Amino acid sequence: MGEFTIKMPDVGEGVAEAELVEWHVKPGDPVREDMVLAAVMTDKATVEIPSPVSGKVLWLGAEVGDTIAVKAPLVRIETSAEAAEAAPDSVPEALAEKVLDQPVAVSSRSEAGAAAQAKRPAPEPAPAPRETPSFSAKPLASPAVRLRARESGIDLRQVTGTGPAGRITHEDLDLFLSRGAGPVAAPAGLVRKTAVEEVKMTGLRRRIAEKMSLSASRIPHITYVEEVDMTALEDLRATMNRERKSEQAKLTILPFLMRALVRTAAELPGVNATFDDHAGIIHRHSAVHIGVATQTPAGLMVPVVRHAEARGIWDCATELSRLAEAARTGTATRDELTGSTITISSLGAIGGIASTPVINHPEVAIVGVNKIAVRPVWDGAQFVPRKIMNLSSSFDHRVIDGWDAAVFVQRLKTLIETPALIFVEG
Amino acid sequence: MKEISCKLLVLGAGPGGYVTAIRAAQLGVNTVIVEKAKAGGTCLNVGCIPSKALIHAAEEYDKLRTAASGKSPLGLSLNAPAIDLGRTIAWKDGIVGRLNSGVTGLLKKAGVKAVIGEGRFVDGKTVDVETETGLQRIRAEALVIATGSAPIELPDLPFGGNVISSTQALALTKIPETLAVVGGGYIGLELGTAFAKLGSKVTVLEALDRILPQYDADLSKPVMKRLGELGVEVFTGTAAKRLSADRRGLFAEENGRAFEVPAEKVLVTVGRGPVTEGWGLEEIDLDRSGGFIRIDDQCRTSMRGIYAIGDVTGEPMLAHRAMAQGEMVAEIVAGRKRSWDKRCIPAVCFTDPEIVGAGLSPEEARTAGIDTRIGQFPFQANGRAMTTLSEDGFVRVVARADNHLVLGIQAVGHGVSELSATFALAIEMGARLEDIAGTVHAHPTQSEAFQEAAFKALGHALHI
Repeated sequence: MGEFTIKMPDVGEGVAEAELVEWHVKPGDPVREDMVLAAVMTDKATVEIPSPVSGKVLWLGAEVGDTIAVKAPLVRIETSAEAAEAAPDSVPEALAEKVLDQPVAVSSRSEAGAAAQAKRPAPEPAPAPRETPSFSAKPLASPAVRLRARESGIDLRQVTGTGPAGRITHEDLDLFLSRGAGPVAAPAGLVRKTAVEEVKMTGLRRRIAEKMSLSASRIPHITYVEEVDMTALEDLRATMNRERKSEQAKLTILPFLMRALVRTAAELPGVNATFDDHAGIIHRHSAVHIGVATQTPAGLMVPVVRHAEARGIWDCATELSRLAEAARTGTATRDELTGSTITISSLGAIGGIASTPVINHPEVAIVGVNKIAVRPVWDGAQFVPRKIMNLSSSFDHRVIDGWDAAVFVQRLKTLIETPALIFVEG
Repeated sequence: MKEISCKLLVLGAGPGGYVTAIRAAQLGVNTVIVEKAKAGGTCLNVGCIPSKALIHAAEEYDKLRTAASGKSPLGLSLNAPAIDLGRTIAWKDGIVGRLNSGVTGLLKKAGVKAVIGEGRFVDGKTVDVETETGLQRIRAEALVIATGSAPIELPDLPFGGNVISSTQALALTKIPETLAVVGGGYIGLELGTAFAKLGSKVTVLEALDRILPQYDADLSKPVMKRLGELGVEVFTGTAAKRLSADRRGLFAEENGRAFEVPAEKVLVTVGRGPVTEGWGLEEIDLDRSGGFIRIDDQCRTSMRGIYAIGDVTGEPMLAHRAMAQGEMVAEIVAGRKRSWDKRCIPAVCFTDPEIVGAGLSPEEARTAGIDTRIGQFPFQANGRAMTTLSEDGFVRVVARADNHLVLGIQAVGHGVSELSATFALAIEMGARLEDIAGTVHAHPTQSEAFQEAAFKALGHALHI
């Protein structure tokens, strides 16, 4: 019996460490070659780690959630004696196979390169097995027909061949296409389409899916929508942008909202929290790390403006624009994408009138920003045009009651409608 | 450090690599190819092409010797033929040189940027190349690994001195008096036969119980017979041990019986292994399959954006497989829908006589649980074969019993390598026995034996 240590592979793109997100095996489990042992996640993708050998799991080198450095031992597997010798660097395997093909018996030598050869002293009588092409599984068609089918997105297994021995001819393909079964059917009129495109869920998309499932299945959401008059804040914002210094980033409404959140969180610490539901502990954070949901070409990312409580409004704006750019170009680091204590979700101009934001687990609150629209508002004597915006905010109802949620949003509303309050000392 | 970016980077300019690069460039993909030595890889420089040149020269010389011995049934005679191996090798090098510059020219014409030097992976998207003018960093969106294979060394008979690989055997300028060939696969037998024809006393040592183990006994029998006529001694079930003290012999062992084989040179041809070291593969840690890089039906490796083609991905290690894979990968990178759907990869063994196979052998069809009809036609009954003194061998067709679909075709005989095209075409097109039988084959040619084999399988051969 031997032991094979699988190290954390370099998952590429300059990643020096990765987070273990799932074990597919536990100590004592038997494993086959190629079986998936674990999944690790980098900032950009989740990578499955397959087993290069068959054997039995002896030891796992980390727990789910641990960050593991590249090349650190991950799993130890007990292997049969044969594989064990080739194991430490796994390269002599090639040699071993080739020697099987042409076994010229050699005397035992112990140096690394010879190890694989030396362990198989007896010639194998049978010739090396060759790949046996499977004919029955493949539809019968000439290369030209196969190419046409592939380019038209047609699976030839669905086409009936009328040629000799069931061969699929060009005419069979024409017939199949003319029935509207394929995407390149004749353009005349409306045709039925049956093609289904399979898109494998990988990388960031998969990570988003996992996070969303976790949030939606674990957290009982309560969503509260309130209308906020943005007219005063928009006037202030316009003035500040007009007078800003050239090195200052242009203000959107988000930095105002961030500063308002900081103030509200100081008064209502229950919302700026993370909930460890396994341990049953709510962590109320004094730091306000604000995640800002950002659309990138690859999908949704949440860069984090750290310590918003210690940043002025211009600093918030600068940091936010830097992080958003880093997320879009894929250069944001792991630290910049994790660790938020509360999240803002904004779709800007396409923000709609209301939304049901999904909480960024394990946080307990998320503030969704809807679109600003000029609406007529009754001021007691007449209708006046005001800039109105809805805030759609979700809360973890296990931690925050409806009453508290409403108090929080109303406080936020007050600050935004009278933006001077955001900047008042004390 | 200089830095360039491209859409596609190809590592290795062998038949797989250069075809990938040319096809990609044709499709408008910005392509860079890295090669540390000369364009053309093993095939063109130290494999297929030079070995065929040497085999041809040896065959011509052998014909002259037959005539000089007065045994030519054609009534030819001449005095004291001679060969100047130095000139033969120079002629061979001339062909290789022409093809080298041909490939280089094709790459240039297609607009591929060639970088000469040792490439090393930095990460899955970046390769550093040590060029004559300094370090060149290349960033690519997609990479193709086409680093090929190299002869496997035996621990007790390391290459060097009198122990040579196929590469050195193709560069000998003096015919060795005695040559021991370790490994009776196709490379060893092709070269062993050539040197026997050039006048060497050749001994073949094979550990298995027969030579050419990938072919069935019917196919290898004519080759065995010819080796006997050429005075080549073949020891099967025999292990090569070590060089004798005077380095003029090789100790071998057959069933515990040790003996010495005269060997001015020892040619070791026990197989080829993938070239997976020396270019930073450890930096990216791709999945392997028995030491070869594991690929799927689109030649994708375990890391996104990295493809592998050719010998580095395993058997069958054939230039035409690498080229077909390369063409496919180039088209995939250019955004076309492609996957590997070939029915067969024909394989040719340039022994005397030649062996060619495409598709399933009778044994493989049996193993796959298919009921078969087999037709075999001997060249003894083929007029063209008689007129070229090439009566040894046959063509054999393996078809399904139920619908007569041709599953595999094998042949052994003089010049049958050229039949590989028609064999492969029949299988790719999904031909039935009736299709082959119903195609008019020109008379008098050896290809008639193919049609007759189909007739035979249908139960009505005409000329036997």
